[in-house]
Amino acid sequence: MAAVAQAPDMNANVQVKKKNSSAVWRIVRYALIRLLTLFITVVAGVFLTVMIANMGGYVDRIRMGDIQESVAMGLRGNPAYNALSAEERQKRLDAEIAIQAEAQGLNRPFMVRTFEFMQNAMTLNLGRALKMTSDSGSRQVQAIILERLPPTLLLFGSSNLLLFFAELFVALYLSRRYGSWLDKVFVTLAPVSTAPAWFFGIFLILIFAASLRILPFDGMVDAPVPNNLWDYSLSLLRHMVLPVMAVALNSIFLNIYSWRTFFLIYSSEDYVEMAKAKGLTSQDVERNYVLRPTLPTIITSLALMLIGIWTGYPILETVFNWPGLGRAFYQAIQFFDTPVIVGQTVIFAYLLAITVFLLDFVYALVDPRVRVSQ
Amino acid sequence: MNTIKKNFAELLRYPSAAFGMVIVVILLGISVYTMFAIPYDEAVRLWRGGESVWYQNPRQAPPAWFNVFSAKKLPVSFAMSSASNQSARTVTTDAQGSSEIVDTYTFDFQYDEFPQELALYFTAKFGAKQPFTAITWLTPDGRTINVTTMSLRADQAYRFAQDEKFKRLMKGKEPVEALFSDPNAAEPTPLKGTYQLVITTSTFEKDSTVDTELVLHGQLYGWAGTDHLRRDLGIALLWGTPIALAFGLLAALGTTLTSMIISAFGVWFGGWVDEAIQRVTELNLVLPFLPILIMIGTFYSRSIWLMLGATILLNIFGGAIKTYRAVFMQVKESPYIEAARSYGASDARIIFQYLTPRIIPMLVPQLVTLIPTYVFIEASLAVLGLGDPILPTWGKVINDAQANGAPYQGLYYWVLEPAVLLMITGLAFALLGFALDRVFNPRLRGV
Repeated sequence: MAAVAQAPDMNANVQVKKKNSSAVWRIVRYALIRLLTLFITVVAGVFLTVMIANMGGYVDRIRMGDIQESVAMGLRGNPAYNALSAEERQKRLDAEIAIQAEAQGLNRPFMVRTFEFMQNAMTLNLGRALKMTSDSGSRQVQAIILERLPPTLLLFGSSNLLLFFAELFVALYLSRRYGSWLDKVFVTLAPVSTAPAWFFGIFLILIFAASLRILPFDGMVDAPVPNNLWDYSLSLLRHMVLPVMAVALNSIFLNIYSWRTFFLIYSSEDYVEMAKAKGLTSQDVERNYVLRPTLPTIITSLALMLIGIWTGYPILETVFNWPGLGRAFYQAIQFFDTPVIVGQTVIFAYLLAITVFLLDFVYALVDPRVRVSQ
Repeated sequence: MNTIKKNFAELLRYPSAAFGMVIVVILLGISVYTMFAIPYDEAVRLWRGGESVWYQNPRQAPPAWFNVFSAKKLPVSFAMSSASNQSARTVTTDAQGSSEIVDTYTFDFQYDEFPQELALYFTAKFGAKQPFTAITWLTPDGRTINVTTMSLRADQAYRFAQDEKFKRLMKGKEPVEALFSDPNAAEPTPLKGTYQLVITTSTFEKDSTVDTELVLHGQLYGWAGTDHLRRDLGIALLWGTPIALAFGLLAALGTTLTSMIISAFGVWFGGWVDEAIQRVTELNLVLPFLPILIMIGTFYSRSIWLMLGATILLNIFGGAIKTYRAVFMQVKESPYIEAARSYGASDARIIFQYLTPRIIPMLVPQLVTLIPTYVFIEASLAVLGLGDPILPTWGKVINDAQANGAPYQGLYYWVLEPAVLLMITGLAFALLGFALDRVFNPRLRGV
């Protein structure tokens, strides 16, 4: 009896093992394919950006024109050059232009340079900027980006993280108290958040800087820069007040409203009603029956929000003269400074690809209903 | 039809929705009115025409209704011309064909400040002999000031403030101040009352005629004020309305509906369809949206329609499609979908009847909040100086104001007028949409 009974049991065990190993293989294979496709995506994205940022080669002509003009201007002021005959002057001019063009690599075909450039960019060898310099005087794109990163992280990283969790918390609270006066206040105020951050920035500058004169117009610290840490931080905080307020006004009401609506939809699911009927505490219901199924969406939003900081707030940073990544990007476009544009895009692309890759696994972890398809 | 009616009635129960709807209707009305009253070409001419279009307007003047709110009344600009019979004209002709044309302009001046500038424009028609004109100024207290005499060219402008001779005659006082000031006051204050300007022109040929125009540049102008180029901001504010609405509506509808359907198809069919959509989405996510728009604006063209197209294209496969997918993925595993599949519902039926409705409650607030978002995207680009090169838009007015230091000069109206319009437009659509959300989302109605 026992032996007979054991046989199918063992059989089942083997089957489970087989299933497990095939699942691992499937996940590994899935991950590899995913990595490959994401890499191709990044390459394609960077290629598109390189093409757009060069206008398919048109920027080269602009740069060539710049060189011609600056060389001609430079030589015209030189008395020794003016003493030469017309023919020799032209020769000198052409030679100078050729040297400058070679220095910028403009003498080689556009597509060849594009692919070299791509290769360098993909290996994060970002090269030198054409016009922009970091405050320390370096032309290295890496140095420029690393210099602009801390201000952006400080301002938008901290405020966005703080806002994100505050918004979730308030939204959850409101979804429990649907229809209360506080809920109504946020519902009423939600439309206010449709305006972008810079829009609030302009108003805040008008009110607090231009008219009341209690906060600085723009910048990151006072000039002269305070030399002790305490004064420096204080000045930094004073300069952060208005941009943070602008970011908050832009996001807080609408996000709270959206999250609250989202949670409300999920709290009206039958299984939530069931859990309530079972007599679970509202905290348990919230954690296990509302938050759990909404977790993929929450995590996606958080991840995309964090990556979004990288492309930053070009207009808000311009309005507040904040020396961050967004403004660097805008300045790079104004200067036709392709290496800086591409450098920032490459890093953005990599960050995004990694996040997207990880998100798939996070989904599977937090939501058992999501499966890796065969 | 009946459900639409029912939903509409339901919608009107929300005061915020009614309010939003009224504003949207007003905005639509303004748009239609604007496009008929000031046709496109006329608007472009008025906005980009040059000094010949704007000469009647003062520079950087706030709107006329400022006087309602201030105790100190500022002079409002106006223009009068003999061609439109705003002057009292007498013509006496003698036997030789010479005639004397007297244009008398009468106007009331009840303000506490001096005008910016006073100017006369003559259009004379003559063969060989130039007409000769004499300008006389009659004040409310009965003084007569002989301003100047001159012979006229075919097109002649006379600006009081630039007449050095007259300034010397007035003992160095600024001419416009001299004309309007009260002679008995210690401080220069304008004398209130009815002024008359008499232009006596002698012509010496038979068919020779003269048209005159009096332009007073006050401190205030029209219902919207003017900018640094004397342009009437009213044109930009009016024309900004249809542009903003068209941009916002087209972009929001185009992106939301397309991305919803695409993501539903992807999730339902799975396989290579989903795969392809995912790849394009990821490729699109890698491209930073606003910087790409800025690049397109800087490098290619700033045309608003190109921007609209780029905005839609870049947003169809935007972050939203991933969020929709996350929801659809869960919904796809729901038992009711399996039930539908087992009774043999078609793919289209499942996608449009069972999958997409699940996302509508999420979609409606999104679509509606997207309209203002896109309106503001147009404004954002304009604020960066990448507005449409031809059309006047709200964003471009803000950009002009910022570039000319309006906030620091105290010219708040210049920033606030377009900003308030943007805000109102955004609010209206948002209010409407939030109510729509509750109407179209029966799950929310009961909660």
